[in-house]
Amino acid sequence: MEKNQQKNEKPKNKLNRRELLKGMATVPVLGAFAFGVWRKKKLDHYRSHQLSRELNMSSTPEGEPKKIWDGEPLRLGIIGFGIRGKQLMKAAGFAMPSQVQNWKDSADQNSNDRRYTEFKEQDDLNIIVNGVCDLFTKRNDEAASAAANINREGLKGSYGRMPKIYTNYRDLIRADDIDAVIIAAPDHWHTKIAIDAARAGKHVYVEKGLTRLPEEVFAIRDVIKDTGVVFQLGHQGRQTDSYIKAAEAVEKGLLGDINLIEVTTNRNSPNGAWVYDIDPEGTPETIDWKQFEEPCESKHAFSPERFFRWRCWWDYGTGLSGDLLTHEYDAVNQIVKMGIPETAVSSGGVYFYEKPEHFVNEVREVPDVWNATFEYPEKNFALLYSATLANNRDRGKVIMGHDGHMELGNNLSIYACRESTRYRDKIRSGLIDPDTPIYSYIPGRKDVDAIASPTEQYFAGRGLLYTYRGGRRVDTTHLHIAEWVQAIRDNRQPSCDIDQAFDEGITAAMATISYKEGRKITWDREKEEIS
Amino acid sequence: MDQKYTKTQLWFLVILRVAIGWHFLYEGIIKLMNPNWSSVGYLMDSRGWFSGLFHAIAGNTGLLEIIDFLNIWGLILIGLALLLGLFTRIAYYGGIALLAMYYLSHPPFINAVYAIPAEGTYMLINKNLIELLTLIVLLVFPTSKIIGLDRFISKKRVDG
Repeated sequence: MEKNQQKNEKPKNKLNRRELLKGMATVPVLGAFAFGVWRKKKLDHYRSHQLSRELNMSSTPEGEPKKIWDGEPLRLGIIGFGIRGKQLMKAAGFAMPSQVQNWKDSADQNSNDRRYTEFKEQDDLNIIVNGVCDLFTKRNDEAASAAANINREGLKGSYGRMPKIYTNYRDLIRADDIDAVIIAAPDHWHTKIAIDAARAGKHVYVEKGLTRLPEEVFAIRDVIKDTGVVFQLGHQGRQTDSYIKAAEAVEKGLLGDINLIEVTTNRNSPNGAWVYDIDPEGTPETIDWKQFEEPCESKHAFSPERFFRWRCWWDYGTGLSGDLLTHEYDAVNQIVKMGIPETAVSSGGVYFYEKPEHFVNEVREVPDVWNATFEYPEKNFALLYSATLANNRDRGKVIMGHDGHMELGNNLSIYACRESTRYRDKIRSGLIDPDTPIYSYIPGRKDVDAIASPTEQYFAGRGLLYTYRGGRRVDTTHLHIAEWVQAIRDNRQPSCDIDQAFDEGITAAMATISYKEGRKITWDREKEEIS
Repeated sequence: MDQKYTKTQLWFLVILRVAIGWHFLYEGIIKLMNPNWSSVGYLMDSRGWFSGLFHAIAGNTGLLEIIDFLNIWGLILIGLALLLGLFTRIAYYGGIALLAMYYLSHPPFINAVYAIPAEGTYMLINKNLIELLTLIVLLVFPTSKIIGLDRFISKKRVDG
């Protein structure tokens, strides 16, 4: 530069300006950038603000459940310790040491496996388990080991007192040291046990489906209402945040008049079709077969297949109807509050699991492909349930109205309908795009926003955000049991009380009868009669 | 000046530098403006040799917050540096390190399928790698001492 100066003899200030220009040449780009960001922010804000005003959804995320667990511990009895019984006990805070050890070992191998940490971190509900009861001796021992595992430890831990092991539930519900029972026995036992427990003054948590037969639905309701015990039916979907938000959206009319609701079950594994493993230790000596089939009209010779895979036969359960339709139905009933349908029609068959390789001696009775239609003429909509146990393409859960539809899962997305009346102007003006949700709710996000990026939606849909945001996974079954325990302490009924259970029970019974009898089933609301 | 460029060479090198700076700055600013943004989904989506490390970061709330902070401010500062032509050398190294991390967390192996990018799959070479290589090119063809605020710094040093 000095050389230049000498050569050209140019005035110093001009040179400085050249210097300055070269050094600062790209600075104006920053201005353009800032302007662009400002424009984008303004537009996003406008869209979000306009939409929020239009939709008027509450912005506070659902809070954590109340956590007051002091005072006397609740004394629990568990009846049934099969697959679901084990899950319910875990949700109440009790798992077998062998199982905890497995989670722990697995976490040591794979840091992504958070089952051990999550179980250790799960809220202590201040419960003690004083009695366990199963008809298979092995499960009774397992249940006792879980009940005694008060410190949630693996093998060689320090355990608490062993609970009393009962071989007949009647003795368990008579015990003075039990306040409440969790019933996870097969469906054909639900009513009998729940009624006896309620009459003995014990609070009841019963797994879905509520009952096997329609008359049992009435019987169980009468006794629960008479005795006034705190009752919860095991639909943990009641705790799903997005359903609570969905109910608000429906109430505020975001979808317009609802005309069709589609719910589905899509599974494709032997376990998903209730073709569970048969435990070789299950023999006539270790299983109380006589007691198992006590409530059944038709009796059979001892059959491990029937004992371990009971959901496949009408003697013990109602197949897709009581087991999986009920979950979907209860989710929708929680959101739309439609109650019992006026008519039900269902059809299906055993289309995949009819092959000899899928059973040992006994042929499956309950369908593996099954569809049911429920009509609500008073409310002007229909509910469609479609299930297959031989393909797992996720067909989701959709509620459709004239103005929009909502897709439900762990997330909730609401879309405006292209031909909607309510959103017509906003679609025309470009404020609403029918292909992007007008409202999204993703549990675990810090706040609720009308606009969520597709990526966020995608991750949350796969449970990634839901699982790790805030570092804690929420087990809905735990929340559902916690709600029941809190309701017992507060002396009130929880969310899935006997009235909700009655709706579920009658609806499922109508669909089951329709399939078995091949005709349309009608519900008379006034007379409370199925015909 | 240790570099001799023709005018055209110089201009396009500067435009490239500014464009990449713009991209970095936008990626940082947009994350900063979204209170819900977190790298957790991206990290959980990781596959390949280093996925264990990235998953571990996602699983650790404290560490995740630090990583998110460093990522956001790293992107913003690198973006500003390239755009303004200030401290570009260190910014190039930082940018290369960040892009290497993105690349390694989502290596575009044949048959690897990710949530991001949503536009399709690549075979070993993806946009992250191309941007990374571009930064290396810019590193070996520096321009900020000619067009950029680094001009004043290097000038001072020479003058001083």
